Amino acid sequence: MRLKTFRGGAHVPHFKELTATKPIRDARLPAKVVVALHQHTGAPCEALVKVGDHVKVGQKIGDSKAALTAPVHAPVSGKVVDIAPYPQSGGREVVSIVIESDGLQEVADTVRPKGELDGLSQGDLREIIREAGIVGLGGAAFPTYFKLTPPPGKSFDTLIINGSECEPYLTADQRLMMERPEDAIFGTRVLMKAAGVSRAFIGIEENKPEAIEAMQKAAERHSGIEIVPLAAKYPQGAEKQLIKAIVNREVPCGGLPVDVGVIVNNVGTAVAVGEAISTGMPLVERVVTVTGSPVKEPSNLKVKIGTLVSDLVEECEGFASEPAKVIIGGPMMGVAQFTMDIPVTKGTSGVLFLTIDEVSLEEPLPCVRCGKCVENCPMHLLPLFISQYADAGRFDEAAEYGAMDCIECGSCSFICPSRRHLVQSIRLAKAEIAARRRKK
Amino acid sequence: MVYVSAMLVLGGLGALFGVALALAAKKFAVEQDPRFEKIVEVLPGANCGGCGYPGCSGLAEAISKGSAPVDACPVGGAAVAAKVATIMGQEPVKGYVRKVARVMCGGDRANASTRFLYSGLNDCKAAGLVAGGPKACTYGCLGLGSCVRACPFDAMRMGDNGLPIVDEEKCTGCGKCVAACPRNLIVLVPDSSKVNVYCKSEARGAQVRKVCKVGCIGCGLCVKVCPNSAIVLENNLASILPEKCDACGRCVEKCPTKCIIMKGEGASSGCQGQAAPRACAG
Repeated sequence: MRLKTFRGGAHVPHFKELTATKPIRDARLPAKVVVALHQHTGAPCEALVKVGDHVKVGQKIGDSKAALTAPVHAPVSGKVVDIAPYPQSGGREVVSIVIESDGLQEVADTVRPKGELDGLSQGDLREIIREAGIVGLGGAAFPTYFKLTPPPGKSFDTLIINGSECEPYLTADQRLMMERPEDAIFGTRVLMKAAGVSRAFIGIEENKPEAIEAMQKAAERHSGIEIVPLAAKYPQGAEKQLIKAIVNREVPCGGLPVDVGVIVNNVGTAVAVGEAISTGMPLVERVVTVTGSPVKEPSNLKVKIGTLVSDLVEECEGFASEPAKVIIGGPMMGVAQFTMDIPVTKGTSGVLFLTIDEVSLEEPLPCVRCGKCVENCPMHLLPLFISQYADAGRFDEAAEYGAMDCIECGSCSFICPSRRHLVQSIRLAKAEIAARRRKK
Repeated sequence: MVYVSAMLVLGGLGALFGVALALAAKKFAVEQDPRFEKIVEVLPGANCGGCGYPGCSGLAEAISKGSAPVDACPVGGAAVAAKVATIMGQEPVKGYVRKVARVMCGGDRANASTRFLYSGLNDCKAAGLVAGGPKACTYGCLGLGSCVRACPFDAMRMGDNGLPIVDEEKCTGCGKCVAACPRNLIVLVPDSSKVNVYCKSEARGAQVRKVCKVGCIGCGLCVKVCPNSAIVLENNLASILPEKCDACGRCVEKCPTKCIIMKGEGASSGCQGQAAPRACAG
């Protein structure tokens, strides 16, 4: 049978063998955590604790009254020692709560099982998911409860769980599906009920046969959940490409998946949602793949939110060779960092280290108009024209060519034989266009 | 005889169209201010857009209609303003101030530290979007030369130390570089202004010290030492009011990080008339 997929995209090398066979292990309890009050899409939280307060695991320490936000919780028990701006991934500084762990991991009273799924209404579920601070764990960190609430006049008919993990190197979701398929299926059922849909698809790339098998076995007993093996092609895990591959619907230009009745959630999010119901524990830890050739012991780690990247390196026994580049996320869409003193946030799916030989520092050559970027663009755009307009400062034309529809997946830059910085140009265009629209 | 009729037909058609065109030219003639042409002639013709109008003819039209002042061309300066005023039948403008661009950052490679090695698009705006830019100081010059490329008068070049240098002789004050700088470091100042603070950092002193040797730390010593109250300290940053400054040089001497510089001083030979003497000296 031909595997389901979308048109375009790139066949990127996977590099997953470094960690694919490594079971998820708990990282050591960090001495201190830096919990940012803004690790999600939406409004930043305000601190609910003061310096000197004692906090327990799962205690809510930040929240906001805004409609689009996600509260944050204490991942360790201990003392709040500082509330101040701290650097985050991406170079910006965000007000963060620093907690010094007392090593006891006392759990807050508010953390208790929420009861049977059958006894909870759709509204209850959304409220539980909001209070648990759950956001999309695939990387975008969009608040899940907000996604589950369709805008007036629209509704969902299908839930898609994203287990494709198409980014090279990352194996966090793969291991999660292999080791905790039952929890993933339970989370899927919770999300189905919260979204009000009766069918769910779980899309997994075919390069993870063990994950597919484990999930198929766990899903057997539940009606309405189907595991869909997908072609291993980048960016299969991008929301719009996933919808196209699985239910053959196209999200309209500038639209959202809800416009075609679909809601997409990451498999990690599903597990977190399940946990919020079964144990009542909010989102205070996540699985992070720490990998790359310089790392001595590449691992899949279960990490407390707020753990510093430098602590993770220690956990992986340091470096065998000197890393030249640190990337939060995968190599295709991840963000390069200039310091390791940044904390893991809810959206951190991996930390990748590369040596100087693996980092391309080639100067870009002129565009030869080979059209490879056009062939590979999963959004069916013309990256060469958008980037040329952007380079010339002609941002209105770049917008006409659909710059705002670019998902910044990097397929064009990956494939470009002239090594042009296509995505960077388009990103610049997007920033300029967005700034101009705000001005209007 | 065949060609006679052909000649007659074609000749007749020619005459007919000629008359029609002549009539149309009269009837649909666009009234144009005769001054417009004259103004276009005296404007520099660089079409730089520094005035804010689409090219020199755009400005000439606006001036002839009276919607722009006669000295609206920053490039032409006093001479052009006087000519345009004559064409428009106005008194020549008095007190015209020639403005030049100056790059208010002294954080060159030797003085300012960088956070990471940047490899990507050769554009300051694009570099600034990558983790806040490679320079440790988030207010400092990114040094990729977007301003140099924006200059239509070839008045800027990149110095060897990573800072742009303005040739004040050539600079017309069109403001293209000002718009091109994502850090807003380039300022148009009267060319008579001698003393400037070559820093735009609003960070606190300790923070500035960490990332740059020649940044303004907001200590306020210059404010105290200035006899004309020409210096104000706002957001941890000193700035000099050119209309009050008499270039006595006390602040230049006192400044502990030497970010206040007198034009033409602290510079090696060959640095005359350039905006950032430090950039030139390095």
